[in-house]
Amino acid sequence: MEETGIGIWGVPLAILAGAIRVSTPFIFVSLGETITERSGRINLGLEGTLVFGAMTAYAVAVMTNSPWLGVLAAMATGAVFGLVHGWICKWPKVNDIAIGIAMMQFGLGLAFFLGKPFIQPAAPHLPAIQLGFWSSMPQIQAALNINVLFLLGAALAFILWWAFKNTRVGLILRVVGDSTDAARAMGINPDRVRLLATAVGGSLAAIGGAYLSLHYPGSWNEGISSGQGLMAVALVIFARWNPIGCFLAALLFGGAGALGPALQSVGVTQGYYLFYAAPYVLTLVIMIATSSPTRSLAGAPGALSLTK
Amino acid sequence: MTVQANDPAISVVSEKPASLRPILEWIARHAEPVVIGLAAILIGLALFSLFILAIGKSPAMLFQLMYTGGFGSWFSVQNSLSRAAPLLLTALCVALPARLGLVIIGGEGAVVLGGVAAAAIAMPLAGAAPVFLTLILMGIAAMVVGGIWIGLAGFLRHYRGVNETISSLLLSYIAIALMNQFVEGPLRDPASLNKPSTKPLPPEYMLGNIPGMDVHWGLVIGIVACILSWILIEVTSFGFAARIAGGNVRAAQIQGLPVGKLIAGFTAIAGSFAGLAGMVEVAVVQGSANASLAAGYGYTGILVAFLARHNPLAIIPVAILLGGIDASGGLIQRRMGLPDATVLVLQGTLFIVILFCETFYGRLKIFNPDLWKRSL
Repeated sequence: MEETGIGIWGVPLAILAGAIRVSTPFIFVSLGETITERSGRINLGLEGTLVFGAMTAYAVAVMTNSPWLGVLAAMATGAVFGLVHGWICKWPKVNDIAIGIAMMQFGLGLAFFLGKPFIQPAAPHLPAIQLGFWSSMPQIQAALNINVLFLLGAALAFILWWAFKNTRVGLILRVVGDSTDAARAMGINPDRVRLLATAVGGSLAAIGGAYLSLHYPGSWNEGISSGQGLMAVALVIFARWNPIGCFLAALLFGGAGALGPALQSVGVTQGYYLFYAAPYVLTLVIMIATSSPTRSLAGAPGALSLTK
Repeated sequence: MTVQANDPAISVVSEKPASLRPILEWIARHAEPVVIGLAAILIGLALFSLFILAIGKSPAMLFQLMYTGGFGSWFSVQNSLSRAAPLLLTALCVALPARLGLVIIGGEGAVVLGGVAAAAIAMPLAGAAPVFLTLILMGIAAMVVGGIWIGLAGFLRHYRGVNETISSLLLSYIAIALMNQFVEGPLRDPASLNKPSTKPLPPEYMLGNIPGMDVHWGLVIGIVACILSWILIEVTSFGFAARIAGGNVRAAQIQGLPVGKLIAGFTAIAGSFAGLAGMVEVAVVQGSANASLAAGYGYTGILVAFLARHNPLAIIPVAILLGGIDASGGLIQRRMGLPDATVLVLQGTLFIVILFCETFYGRLKIFNPDLWKRSL
């Protein structure tokens, strides 16, 4: 950003714009991870799913000229990745955290392998809604240029929050996540629930990837994700397994990430690179402040290996 | 009757007299990791072959090139060994805490900060202090910083209950931001324009190669670290206590073992090895600290450690194997027109299959003499 024309107000505006622009993949990945973790399993492989989703969405959008078909294709591949993870993890003695890291490596490798021919061509972008039409200032217009997926993600967060509390499926998911034995006693097959929860989680993570390649930054290359998929796992803990918390935490993350560039635009260049660490420092500090060596984290699913 | 001590085929057991049973039992118990491990690698290679077939290339040619590029000549063996060096150290960063039941995935952060610390301490010394002393101090600085970084994750785990997987991951992102700040800011060499770096080490201060070989000293450092770690875990009482705590924390606490100190100590030692990998990278390959330090050694180290089942001695062959696969990537790219990510796909496939095969440990009767038929 060069001359903003609105002086110091450019900082909060840039942070808001950054929050909206950067948070969308975080929203989808963390909601997906929430569903998976609520069922008592952790999937660290969502980074691979996200990047593979980004590649698939971009490739399909290039070939069919439809960004929405790209998103659907990404969801399908994400579900497949989730099914593979879920199926492997149902076997005894298999470590779900390690399998997640392996799936991440595999997903990244496959995405880079198959995505090589798609680094050059341009794909059609996802539509965005101009909510800044009332203002004559280009900065405000740019900041309020909101992608449809952001709105869908926000809506999904509220729907999931409601569904966990009020629906049968939500209850089954919570029971399985809290106690495998209780679920069995109720006649629920915990493995099947976890399999489906991991698949749904994977398909949501892939939507986050589709947003990256089809909206912002809006192209496919091998450095497209800077750890959004991995960070989502921290974000879910940060949000205490609450979908609305995920939405807010994702916004906070996006905003914190935009802090450095925003301050730089008004001439603050000291410690520029340290601001990139802001979201991570923030998460770590809150985790330290809210954790305790004697009890598990409030809101944590009982059967989750991560919090034991 | 001759004793066939090296006969791994347990199916012939029924014809042997009872006196052979102890030997066969010993073989059965020790064959389990080898047989399951090899079977997993074969299944992984088979799946990868299907993938290569599906895209219309020849798996046979690929495996042959992989062998040629990784181990086919003395030149390629040396190349593979050099690439294995940092992996030995970063794998230890995962394997040691794993003995305590901790999953540390943030070794990358310790590598990066170790490299920066080594470069920072070398800047005033290079040219003034003796080479040997400078290198020693660089190594110590890297180990201290790396140890503090991963030790922090262990400390937070025990004293604050913060999950070490997540905190080490967060710490590694923070480390990369810190490195960028140092390299762009106070430590930047004004002469480095496009690629901000610290001041380069004078050539005579570089660690260099093992005499008579084209392999740098990092390999020796890595192998020594693996052997020391093995001794630490298997021989010392410190390692014994750690294994108990890794098996059951409550039991260890009831026994009066200092679990907190064990966790902080083990993670700090683990981190100091990863930090040392950063120092090796600076003193051998880069000659200065810059963004290339975050090359992913920390993440490949996770793979190596899990494939080696967290056994420090097994890390040595696994790291060399992965170094070889890595080294062959360029050849495969040139000769077969495949992307460089081919190697990543293979690594991912092997990793998944090998972890999946963990499920067969202790479940196959053939490896468990207690379940053999009475008639044997």
